[in-house]
Amino acid sequence: MIAEALFFSAVLFIIGVAGVLIRRNAIIIFMCVELMLNAVNLSFIALARLHGSTTGQVFVLFVMTVAAAEAAVGLAIVISIFRHHKSVDLRNINLLKG
Amino acid sequence: MNTLVYTFHFYLFGLIAIASALAFVTRKSAVAAALWLVNTMFCLSALFVMLDAQFIAAVQLLVYAGAIMVVFLFVVMLLNLGQLSDVTDIRGLGSKLTAGFVGLVMLAELFALSRLKFPRLMGAMTDHANVVNPVSAPLFHEYLLPFEVTSVVLLVAVIGAVVLAKRGPKSQ
Repeated sequence: MIAEALFFSAVLFIIGVAGVLIRRNAIIIFMCVELMLNAVNLSFIALARLHGSTTGQVFVLFVMTVAAAEAAVGLAIVISIFRHHKSVDLRNINLLKG
Repeated sequence: MNTLVYTFHFYLFGLIAIASALAFVTRKSAVAAALWLVNTMFCLSALFVMLDAQFIAAVQLLVYAGAIMVVFLFVVMLLNLGQLSDVTDIRGLGSKLTAGFVGLVMLAELFALSRLKFPRLMGAMTDHANVVNPVSAPLFHEYLLPFEVTSVVLLVAVIGAVVLAKRGPKSQ
């Protein structure tokens, strides 16, 4: 089952990367990052099961904490960007674009 | 027979997770996308249970589906992004080609990696009556310092979110 779990994890990660690359809505891009973190969590759990240890599960708890912190700060940034531009479309947020 | 049922459900939940993730990145509406992502997280939680991580599965449901996605939906509601706009937010051909190329490279890497042999699976690591202790014991002994540092991370995130989202005195 470990190989299948790693396969599912990789496919979910690829879908998350593709979502970040093809969408322009900042909130959906954030959700894609959450999907990638979830995919990594699945690998952690599968490899913890393979080695018969729970250390991987402890790291999943840390990843979840960081994901929660990232979601809070990221959504606050999205809200303050929305106040300036009245939109969350990345086409309007191009100040740092070369 | 038991193994067959296990394998069937493993594939079932994994394929539902992938299908929901595909639906998630292709939906136009942010609310529909968020709900498909919640579906993916439920399926991942089922996979976690099957991989002997029952406690993490419960935390996954509570933290991801219960807290993080609710915050996302709140922001969608606050910014009034629920209704569909006429223009799609999917980028043009160049980005799609880039995404396809990155996906192909990663899939090739995946197939290269899948040729390597995994070592034999260790026995089930816990008796199923006691699922929290094997996770909490390393958390409070071996990884005590990182565990305490995460509380600082959360505190900084809360303060940062309030500072960033607060209206300044000028904008009133």
